[in-house]
Amino acid sequence: MRDYEKYIRYRTFPTPWCPGCGDGIVLKSIAMVFAEMNILPDDIVVVSGIGCSGRMPTYFNTNTLHTTHGRALTFATGIKLARPEKMVVVISGDGDATAIGGNHLIHAARRNIGIKMILINNGVYGMTGGQVSPLTPQNFITETTPYGNIEPKFMASELLIAAKASFVARETVVRPIQMKQVIKKSFEHKGFSVVEVISNCHINLGRRNKMKDPMSMCDWIASRTVTQTEFDKLTPEERNHKYPVGILFEDKERLEYSELYYNHLVPAAKAAAGKKGAEEK
Amino acid sequence: MSKREVLQGNIIAAKAAIAAGCNFFAGYPITPSSEVAQYMSKELPKLGYDFIQMEDEIASLGACIGASLAGKKALTATSGPGFSLMQEHLGMAVMAEIPLVIINVMRGGPSTGLPTKPSQADMLQARWGTHGDHPIIAVYPAFSDEIYSETIRAFNLSEKFWTPVIILMDEIMGKAHEDIIIPEVKDISVIDGVEHKLDDDLNIYDRQIGEIPPRVDFFKGYPIHIDGLEHDRHGWPTIEPDLVDKMQRLRMEKVYTRLDEIIKFKEYYMDDAEIMIFSFGVSARSSLAAVKALRQQGIKVGLFQALTIWPFPERELKDRFKRIKKVLTVELNMGQMKIEVERVASDDVQTKALLRANGIPFTPAEVMLSVKEFVK
Repeated sequence: MRDYEKYIRYRTFPTPWCPGCGDGIVLKSIAMVFAEMNILPDDIVVVSGIGCSGRMPTYFNTNTLHTTHGRALTFATGIKLARPEKMVVVISGDGDATAIGGNHLIHAARRNIGIKMILINNGVYGMTGGQVSPLTPQNFITETTPYGNIEPKFMASELLIAAKASFVARETVVRPIQMKQVIKKSFEHKGFSVVEVISNCHINLGRRNKMKDPMSMCDWIASRTVTQTEFDKLTPEERNHKYPVGILFEDKERLEYSELYYNHLVPAAKAAAGKKGAEEK
Repeated sequence: MSKREVLQGNIIAAKAAIAAGCNFFAGYPITPSSEVAQYMSKELPKLGYDFIQMEDEIASLGACIGASLAGKKALTATSGPGFSLMQEHLGMAVMAEIPLVIINVMRGGPSTGLPTKPSQADMLQARWGTHGDHPIIAVYPAFSDEIYSETIRAFNLSEKFWTPVIILMDEIMGKAHEDIIIPEVKDISVIDGVEHKLDDDLNIYDRQIGEIPPRVDFFKGYPIHIDGLEHDRHGWPTIEPDLVDKMQRLRMEKVYTRLDEIIKFKEYYMDDAEIMIFSFGVSARSSLAAVKALRQQGIKVGLFQALTIWPFPERELKDRFKRIKKVLTVELNMGQMKIEVERVASDDVQTKALLRANGIPFTPAEVMLSVKEFVK
């Protein structure tokens, strides 16, 4: 048994994912990072919402919680505040995180609560059969945009930087080595961290957009990724078709929410109570 | 010795929650329940416990479920619109069998309705608001001492039955200041869920139908899976019909085979009553005043005050209907619990309801008049 396999719950296999899906790469990468960091499986909880990504926690041999659509971060917030010493990971998809769960996303980022979020962006609602998501590129054909998507997409990572997340990175399943390194860095970060992983859904997105096999979709992803430096040199029109990858923002100084709560707010409340008690005497 | 104090209903509930062991609160401000959150934001940090104001009510109940799974006793408080938003997560807590308590201080609805006026119009939402077949436990105090004792009972029931429990109150119960003697800690009985003895098989939901489950938390040595999908005895997703059927029954029967441990009510002047008022919350108070006044006029009327709303005290009412052939339901809505009373009443029982949903509570005189017309 390889060292990362103790983090995989083989008895719940097989997974529901289509052959060639990028989710498996993400699953294994996270397990490998757990192994590299040598965390006890029982000291980890992996939380998810609904969708293909939502099924991922089932396959981790850690504490796992499969919740409602878009709300994984809210459950994770409760767990992290209750047990700040535990590793709390949230797996979410693009529809889950930025559509139905968009409100929770920006507020978790704003609070800087120490949740490690992996936002798998395959640009489509895969589990429900391929409907448009807020991260679907413009003009793409989906089951609910049969004439092409007329809405602009969110840039999820940039949205999160604006929402004050203290660690934001973007990687793709086409660059698994870099992705794993970035996930590890995000797991070592104290505050709220997000790694947006661009993944392939050749079945429910690619197939309708002339990329029906995993490789053509992965080639498309590779052709869209640039470094931040390269991205900065592009015109706004060119930027619309590219995704900068790597660590996009990192603030190591900002205090994490539960640390602020237990080390600052609680002592302040106790001191105020003590002072009041003394005055009453 | 405990001393007599004058406290707001919302504050009494908050104090009782802490006495019951509540150490986590997540909520979102909403009239007329906000004082619960405000009190918790002040008191919980003093004890080293958790308070967090979330971005909405959906998030509040999500955080409570997460905290409960992390071993905390969680509470949230809200009113109609927020309670509507919570329904999906209420179902999640029922499905995954997670103990927590929700206070719903009812105001006039539907929609934004009457934020500052009382109603009793979320009675059926409390029962059937979330989708799918499910058991639910809901309690409804009417007096200041009951707000305290029912809040403690709600936490105990949630721990004992591994299920969410709803405390219904109304704007008057929540907002009014009333005198109360807060019991001493030694006089309060607090139940903590029995911890599951886990082993590597991770059979967290393995039990016989009707059996009370032990509580399962994260971080207890064996990593477990909790799911909102229908699941097998391990908590792992399943669509296998026999398993699904068994899990549905496990959840229902843990509550419905133990009604004696859940149903609670109070009776006033019922021994020789020829006419019975069925009521709860603020309407039970108007009714009680009416009953006392009517008794002085020689009218043999009694009051059945339901403290447990769900499960409905069906057996108890059926028993009363053997003798009492007239029942008047008094409630601040367009006839929600009246449906239940009529369902339970046998054909020879005459039913009547005093109903109103305009934000104004009944006066005792109005209840008296209704009884007198009914007696004729």
